Amino acid sequence: MKSVVSVVALVAAALLGSTSVRAADVEVIHWWTSGGEQAAVSVFAREFDALGGDKWVDTAIAGGENARSATLQRILGGDPPGAAQFNPGRQYEELIAGNMLLDLTDLATKENWAGFIRPASISEACLVDGHWWCVPVNIHSWNWAWASVPAFEKAGVPLPTSFDDFLAEAPKLQEAGIIPFAIGGESWQINGAFGVIQTSLLGLEKREKILKDKDLELAKAEMPAVFEKFRQFKQFSDAGSANRNWNDTTNLVVTDQAALQIMGDWARGEFGVAGEKAGVDYACLALPIDHPTVSTGGDIFLFPKQSDPAVEAAQLKMASMMVNPQVQALFNNAKGSMPIRDDVDMSLADDCMKRGLEIIKDPANIAVDAGRWQSNDTTGQMNDLVAQFWADDTMTAAAAAEQYVTILQNAD
Amino acid sequence: MTQIAEPGERAAPGFAGTAAEHKPRTRRKFNIQSVLGTTPMIVTAVGVFVICIIFSIIWSFTNSKLFPNFNFIGLAQYERLWANDRWNISVRNLAVFGVLSIGVSMVFGYLLAVFMDQRIKQEDLFRSIFLYPFAMSLVVTGLVWQWMFDPNLGIQSAVRQLGWTNFEFAPLVKQETALYGLVLGGLWNGVGVTMAILLAGLRGVDSEIWKAAKVDGIPTWKTYLFIVLPMMKGAVATAFILQMTGIVRVFDIVIAMTQGGPGVSTQMPAVYVIQHITDRVNVGQGMAAATMMLLPVMLLIAVQYLLRWNANRKAGRA
Repeated sequence: MKSVVSVVALVAAALLGSTSVRAADVEVIHWWTSGGEQAAVSVFAREFDALGGDKWVDTAIAGGENARSATLQRILGGDPPGAAQFNPGRQYEELIAGNMLLDLTDLATKENWAGFIRPASISEACLVDGHWWCVPVNIHSWNWAWASVPAFEKAGVPLPTSFDDFLAEAPKLQEAGIIPFAIGGESWQINGAFGVIQTSLLGLEKREKILKDKDLELAKAEMPAVFEKFRQFKQFSDAGSANRNWNDTTNLVVTDQAALQIMGDWARGEFGVAGEKAGVDYACLALPIDHPTVSTGGDIFLFPKQSDPAVEAAQLKMASMMVNPQVQALFNNAKGSMPIRDDVDMSLADDCMKRGLEIIKDPANIAVDAGRWQSNDTTGQMNDLVAQFWADDTMTAAAAAEQYVTILQNAD
Repeated sequence: MTQIAEPGERAAPGFAGTAAEHKPRTRRKFNIQSVLGTTPMIVTAVGVFVICIIFSIIWSFTNSKLFPNFNFIGLAQYERLWANDRWNISVRNLAVFGVLSIGVSMVFGYLLAVFMDQRIKQEDLFRSIFLYPFAMSLVVTGLVWQWMFDPNLGIQSAVRQLGWTNFEFAPLVKQETALYGLVLGGLWNGVGVTMAILLAGLRGVDSEIWKAAKVDGIPTWKTYLFIVLPMMKGAVATAFILQMTGIVRVFDIVIAMTQGGPGVSTQMPAVYVIQHITDRVNVGQGMAAATMMLLPVMLLIAVQYLLRWNANRKAGRA
């Protein structure tokens, strides 16, 4: 009888013991599906698996909206993933308020994240009331235009030095059989390009007053001109732009069928995958051209609370891996984004990224990402409005500006 | 139920109506087992449908974001909803899409059914071919149509390569025509089912009717249109209601073909609802839109119920 008891105890002990050291699978939801993005995310997966034991389980969902929806629904439904990608800002504020995320403060204090993550506006997205709720993994800037050097050469047009310059020369590109302005018809792409043009026309100060402080008077005065300017680009886009993905659009520039695309620096990854060389095959123009800025968008990973302590341990390991300088260098080189810390080896970085890193050094050049100030709801309404304005030629700039002001006024 | 007690009707034992109405009355009294057996289903139906609908309506009056709450804000969500261009365009699109889809699908479905009714060879094969699209997910259907309509890959470029270099056929890229592209994609999917249901209806019509029409010298097309069609009301109603339910919640084909674009020109109410309760984390707004979608359905049911009640009352009086 005694031996039976001891066997049971032994088995129980073995089982209990094994839970504390058992390797865990961590499911990661992200929306990195294009060629350059996949190269980048596989850096994370490889490095995490190499730590031994735990496994990265990849759940890629095409489209940021879809991936975020899936994560939110699964957290609400009680089946949270181990880690999930979001954009820094207000997308996950309610998850923090609802206490549904793993608190990373201890790990962050131990590794001194606050000491090396820069600029401050990047860590602010994760550091809420003294607690770390997520890990910023990169800095993405919307404020870039990507130009095909052979396309401009073919039309005998120099690279543009301003938007007005580009608009003036665009007919020549068109005559040469080139699509002057490449844009995909998805609303976030259109609104993204709109935001860059807005920043260029208004400057950082006025932009912040409108988007952050919701200065309605200023918006009423300035926005009609922005919409007007934006419309001028439409005549130089192509008929196939409806529904086109951003990477298919970038591919038009890569293959020299189109001359210019306004798109965030994730586009650089696509040029890299295609084996193009910065300065020779393509040019990256930091916008506005006369006073280049970097917007502090990007990606963060948050870690929803889990009941299994083994998964929690693995989550912390993953968080630590993501800010590791070596991993940061490899990941951001593949992704085309900037690392969240200064002390990484960027000897592999190409000219475009070096340019970005230079711009970001001066805090005066930093355009805080609009997602910090706006909820998804507000951003969504602006996406709808700008996409509608782009598609509907009967909508006047004044009418669009009026709606823009209404959205700002009702923003939460 | 008064007519059952009517002595006049009871005196006619051959009257099918009375005999049929007597049976369920006795069955209803004794069959506790069937009541027990259906209880789980009743609980599910009430739990899932009635309670969820009630909560949807309640939350539409709150400012719920990601987590539903009970901070009531009156009709603010509805005010925002109807002030929103995109929602108004969605409602208009749904009406156009619905009328066109149902209309064309009924006409073509009936024509196809009549065609199948001509004792053709290989009827089974044709029926399978016409019905096959319905077995396919609308997402797959939508993507295939999106490629066919793409000016750079699809029909337009194929015809241009054949030599007609000015040929233009890319409905999805212009906001004026994109909705019709959607209708086309949806029709391909739905016509087969309408055909199958109407064909079953056609076959259910007594062959004596056909013989009588022949004897009277009525042309075949007239028989189909004015004699047979009115006799298959049931099949027509079934096909109609099936189409309706599909159209009110149309979502997947929009996502696959246009994502609501260009601009917001092909947005639909269901897309608005789903987007607001998921990515835009505004449950209150989503629920207000969902309640508005429920309204016409409720109205239809109410009208139908009133009509039936009225008919019963008249029958009772007679």
